[in-house]
Amino acid sequence: MIGLLKRDLTLALRAGGGFGLSLAFFLIFTALVPFGIGPETGRLAEIAAGLLWHGALLACLLSLDRIFQLDWEDGTLDLIATSPLPLEAAAALKALAHWLTTGLPLVAAAPILGLLLNLPGPANPWLVASLLAGTPALSAIGTFGAALTVGIKRGGLLLSLLVLPLYVPTLIFGALTATRGAQGLDATTPLVLTAGITLGACAILPFAAAAALRVNLR
Amino acid sequence: MTSIWEYANPRRFMVASGTLLPWITGIAALCLIGGLIWGFFFTPDDFRQGSTVKIIYLHVPAAIMAVNAWMMMLVTSLIWVIRRHHVSALAAKAAAPVGMVFTLIALFTGAVWGQPMWGTWWEWDPRLTSILILFLFYLGYMALWEAIDNPDQAADLTAVLCLVGSVFAVLSRYALVFWNQGLHQGATLSLDAEQNIADVFWYPLITVLAGFGFLFLALVLFRTRTEIRARRIKALITQEQMT
Repeated sequence: MIGLLKRDLTLALRAGGGFGLSLAFFLIFTALVPFGIGPETGRLAEIAAGLLWHGALLACLLSLDRIFQLDWEDGTLDLIATSPLPLEAAAALKALAHWLTTGLPLVAAAPILGLLLNLPGPANPWLVASLLAGTPALSAIGTFGAALTVGIKRGGLLLSLLVLPLYVPTLIFGALTATRGAQGLDATTPLVLTAGITLGACAILPFAAAAALRVNLR
Repeated sequence: MTSIWEYANPRRFMVASGTLLPWITGIAALCLIGGLIWGFFFTPDDFRQGSTVKIIYLHVPAAIMAVNAWMMMLVTSLIWVIRRHHVSALAAKAAAPVGMVFTLIALFTGAVWGQPMWGTWWEWDPRLTSILILFLFYLGYMALWEAIDNPDQAADLTAVLCLVGSVFAVLSRYALVFWNQGLHQGATLSLDAEQNIADVFWYPLITVLAGFGFLFLALVLFRTRTEIRARRIKALITQEQMT
């Protein structure tokens, strides 16, 4: 189990693994926002929290097809499936590895990028807390989507179409937490709901992902 | 007394649906034409809304059936996952485009009604938005069916997507209520209300609603029959190639 996690992490961190690419995407996304919206700091501060959530979500989405695609192509996935480790646990570990290499860096980078968008200071703890509570759900849902489309060649666009509607509740509660925090309101309720979705997703979706993988490996 | 599972046999299903289909289509046409003429021409205009209120006869049944179509897909997907009846998987596949068109009808009629009444075509209201998200779920579901060549694999994967999607669709529904208060009035029809709307509007409305239900049934049966025939042709072609 630990071995699989370590392997995934090393693969992601070494050259060509794509670690940092989603972080760079997040930075570019944030940097492009003022070109579209305009550079007025007041307006940017108003929408910063929601935009950072959108950026994190898209950065997460773009790295999803890496979760299973390479393992599927070189046959590692068959080995994992025949190993004594249950496929459900493997799917959960894949989601965890994806979160550690994509979600966690995004959480860490968000307050710095918040400066670029003039995010009000008191909003920072709420933003970090909401991303910390919400990004694991993004990884878990994404792993399920990746497991569904692993057998499809060039399934990237289809993956987005499948996964984005599933992201709706997480995005609503997560962005609401950050936005309320930016307005100086108490945001405990949406934060707790975000965490609830994450816990539910982490509990159920590895089973769904494993079921999808089994069908694809048949 | 024959069990309902008898009709999981494609041949029995074809015979039974073949005899039922003309009747169901007839009832659907009768209810729809009758109910719509009744509703459009023989009910009084609303005190404030004038004749635009009559969009309700298309809008409400379409929205109800859009949700019910997804429910039906959920049930048939479950039957496929548990009992592996091919007819069930094909019925789920057949229902998706129909349900999608119902969401489009609900969105379109809602926009046409909203423009004169609310002064806007679109409003980010929980009820409107959840129908829009349901539309996206239908799109993803249909796209997954199209993308996979092996029919059994496609049926399995779309069934899993339907189960997970249902959970998230319900979650989205409640998340949206939390997110925005909205402009849309409460439910026009609910089972626990004494009287939902005045009887003059109520009778034509349930007639059209029944019409939409039968229309959905007829379209799903028709499309399932087409899918079964397509499977048979495929099997025949492979047989030809083998010999």
